[in-house]
Amino acid sequence: MSQNKTTAVTMDDFLSGIWRENPVFVMLLGMCPVLAVTNSVINALAMGLATTFVLLGSSAIISLLRHWIPKEVRIATYIVIIATFVTIIDYAIQAISLELYNALGAFIQLIVANCIILGRAEAHASRQPLLKTLTNGLGMGIGFTIALLALGSVRELLGNGSLLGHDIFGAHFEPWVVMILPPGGFFVLGAWLLLFNYIREVKKQKRLAESRAASGTTARALV
Amino acid sequence: MSEADSKAMHETQVIQSSNEALRPKANSTAMLVVLTVVAMLSGFLVVMMVQLTAPAIAENKRLAIEKAVFQVIPGAVERRDFHLDAGGSLIPGEGPDTLYAGYDADGKLLGVAIEGSAQGYADSVRQLWGYGVECQCVTAFTIIKFAETPGLGDKVLTDAGFLANFGALEARLNAAGDALANAIVTVKHGTKKHPWEVDAISGATITSRAVGKGINDSAQHFLPHLVPQLDVLRAPKAASQGE
Repeated sequence: MSQNKTTAVTMDDFLSGIWRENPVFVMLLGMCPVLAVTNSVINALAMGLATTFVLLGSSAIISLLRHWIPKEVRIATYIVIIATFVTIIDYAIQAISLELYNALGAFIQLIVANCIILGRAEAHASRQPLLKTLTNGLGMGIGFTIALLALGSVRELLGNGSLLGHDIFGAHFEPWVVMILPPGGFFVLGAWLLLFNYIREVKKQKRLAESRAASGTTARALV
Repeated sequence: MSEADSKAMHETQVIQSSNEALRPKANSTAMLVVLTVVAMLSGFLVVMMVQLTAPAIAENKRLAIEKAVFQVIPGAVERRDFHLDAGGSLIPGEGPDTLYAGYDADGKLLGVAIEGSAQGYADSVRQLWGYGVECQCVTAFTIIKFAETPGLGDKVLTDAGFLANFGALEARLNAAGDALANAIVTVKHGTKKHPWEVDAISGATITSRAVGKGINDSAQHFLPHLVPQLDVLRAPKAASQGE
């Protein structure tokens, strides 16, 4: 169990969410907002930041209360805590921009059911001290935001010829409308997964070859 | 059972009991207390947030309505809200069936912004359109909310040919004053012949029709009540000018 691990905060706690355990590209969690609201950079950014806020807020409270929450009602308690932070960010977005709020639609409220957050609460926040939880949550949140931005920027660029609303390709560009429609989300996600898994595989092969070469030399040295 | 075995068993029991001491065995009281405290904390945070953001949200909504009203009534710089009561008379203030009257800088009534909605391709298309008092026509429309396909249905907001339909789209009442003389209809692209017809966008016919139908339905509903009472909209400003 994770209690056996050291309680010191390490760089790995932060980085694991961004690369090694990226919630979108590695764990494939929270696919609903990933596919639904990444049709533009600004939507992707807003969704990523909102999710990060909810993740940090709920993880902090859950981590602080972890010794007092009876395990029979832990899920109910986590959901109430998560829903509180979702409501807070929901009102905050309405106060910042109604246009953005309308663009994100029901997906802000649906953060409650985002499995990244409940997963972090169950697997990490309920077992680790506050600082370690916050570091890990921040990494996960940033990893999620980066993934959303990776999809959002490609989809807006190809589907609308713009980035953050600024025209990039000029008037002669014929937008690939399919990219901002739901199928475009699947295409772009698939392409990113292909790229990430390719990089991962290449790295693994290289490491394997290196270790084989290293063990080969030691074996020869022994002989 | 050997002595070593029993000793090991005893040790595990000790560990278990110390674990139980660390994490008290949950009984209903503990559950109730934790859930109550968490729910209270949650309620406190949410109420605080609602209180904090209420003015900003109200201001955002007001600005959004104002922007839409001024967009559909060209030249308007001031708006006042009215609504129809059950008997069909115009009452100042918001309510169900709100109408937004738009005035120019001199307080002259220019038009009335009316909300309409009709089923589009993906979801209902909610729009606000301006009724020009002088021309008895639709002056412009804007979308409040829709979920039409990007690149196809949402052309109704950008297609110059489609937008040209509005500006002088006839919305005249019939002689009896209980309905439009000619219902506003959306026709197939390129077949518009009369001033009360809307020329659809080819490739976005369903959304074009929803815009036309939304305007027609709400015009048929509101205009028979509104047109005879236009003086109500003109009156309050004159009174306040006299002060």
